[in-house]
Amino acid sequence: MTRRLRNQLLDHLLHGAGMAATLLGLVVLGALLFDIFSDGLGRISWDFLTSFPSRRAENAGIYAALAGTVWVISFTALLAVPLGIGAAIFLEEYAARGGWSRVIEINIANLAGVPSVIYGLLGLGLLVRTLALGRSVIAGAATLALLVLPVVILSSREALRAVSPSLREASYALGATKWQTIWHQVLPVALPGMLTGMILALSRAIGETAPLITIGALTYVPFAPAGIWSPFTVLPIQVFNWVSRPQEAFLENAAAGIIVLLALLLAMNGAAAWLRDRFQQ
Amino acid sequence: MSSSTTAIPSLADVAQQSAESGAADTPTKVDVDALSFFYGEKQALEGVSLSIPANQVTAFIGPSGCGKSTFLRTLNRMNDIIPRTRVVGKVAIDGDDIYAPGTDVVELRRRVGMVFQKSNPFPKSIYENIAYGLRINGMAGARSELDDRVESSLQAAALWDEVSDRLRESALALSGGQQQRLCIARALAVQPEVLLMDEPASALDPIATQRIEELVYQLKSKYTIVIVTHNMQQAARVSDRTAVFWLGKLVEYDKTSQIFTAPSEKLTEDYVTGRFG
Repeated sequence: MTRRLRNQLLDHLLHGAGMAATLLGLVVLGALLFDIFSDGLGRISWDFLTSFPSRRAENAGIYAALAGTVWVISFTALLAVPLGIGAAIFLEEYAARGGWSRVIEINIANLAGVPSVIYGLLGLGLLVRTLALGRSVIAGAATLALLVLPVVILSSREALRAVSPSLREASYALGATKWQTIWHQVLPVALPGMLTGMILALSRAIGETAPLITIGALTYVPFAPAGIWSPFTVLPIQVFNWVSRPQEAFLENAAAGIIVLLALLLAMNGAAAWLRDRFQQ
Repeated sequence: MSSSTTAIPSLADVAQQSAESGAADTPTKVDVDALSFFYGEKQALEGVSLSIPANQVTAFIGPSGCGKSTFLRTLNRMNDIIPRTRVVGKVAIDGDDIYAPGTDVVELRRRVGMVFQKSNPFPKSIYENIAYGLRINGMAGARSELDDRVESSLQAAALWDEVSDRLRESALALSGGQQQRLCIARALAVQPEVLLMDEPASALDPIATQRIEELVYQLKSKYTIVIVTHNMQQAARVSDRTAVFWLGKLVEYDKTSQIFTAPSEKLTEDYVTGRFG
């Protein structure tokens, strides 16, 4: 076989292998979605969205978990976003390069890879017990905020770093202070990139179960949170709870719960894309 | 490029004019004494001393990497924002050492404006590009006053007629030459005394370049202008005095006519006649 022919064959083989790998992922995802939708779509109704959980599967609804997720994720965002952006601005714009900032940088990158259940244990020890926040919405939100903080910081720094140095120079050359330059020129340009990072981080938080179970989120909650001190449950915990029931009907509820969770995620990602496009104009 | 239709004088005119203005010595605006500059361990400037006269155009020429841009950026302390750089020596503007402790760098940069090689308008409207410098320096005042200053700045940069009906549109929609004139207008808005220009026309076509050069020529009555250029003809056309840099050192500094017609250094002669560069 000539070299040319062999290279051509290899080219075709790699092309095929790459396509097969892509298709495999898509097929598995498609099968999963089909399975969930065929099980759960029939259960999706206004009643399902507005009812509290029940011992009878056909009466059970997702309302408590949906409200809990909205409460927890809102406060997660409220805690993680300002802290994350603040830390990113400090590290990227103010901190001196070298020594300590290298150490901090490596540690933040490592924290982003720590399993979420570890954050649950931290939340249990520090927030629930030592700070006596109890099994509340705020304890759950703070735990998830700690969990996503490294990702928020890393993506915000990335967005800040992508801002062209010539823009900063232009601002400094006009007699702008560092803060004026950051606030008026750098942040508006970095914002779309930052937003994308935030939403991806919150999308991760919304699907987390382990850390919230660890801090003692309830699995059966027949009420919506009344405030930040209220006990709560969230969508993935509710799904987990239903899946572990033996009755077939609860499995349908679980599938329907997953559909609601997916819809929420899709809405968040859509909002992120929309905001990004808006700010980029 | 034809110069017959422009306001820029021919080389001969420049020579004559420089001779005249040299006779009546203009006061020194910027005085640099034994300035050395380091990027980390690497020395980029070695003991440069020169005086830049007020209300004249001073050109810095020399091959790439000779330190002319670095030198320009020491005059408004723009190099401060690059980590691990070091300055030795003295730069005085109106007699005040700008590297003295306690110098207000922000105020210095307002007084010493800068236009960059690559036009870098803010990704905002034309109006906001000009208004930004006024706002951050507390020069905005009432709305009508701000409008007036934006207009006069755009007029000073010979851009007003082209953009007066689209001040709210993005500055990024302007052509390259217009963007660069917007950057000049933006720098002029905060009422600097010195204007530093780092190869302001190197990315522009000949027509746009000509307009920038005309502008430089007009602006020198109000501002002290320092321009870095790769283009020897440009230096000859627009400047009163020319400094030649080579390998971080100042080779020769004299009236532009002198540099281009009777340089005293062999290196200068080789460079301006295009034997290297």
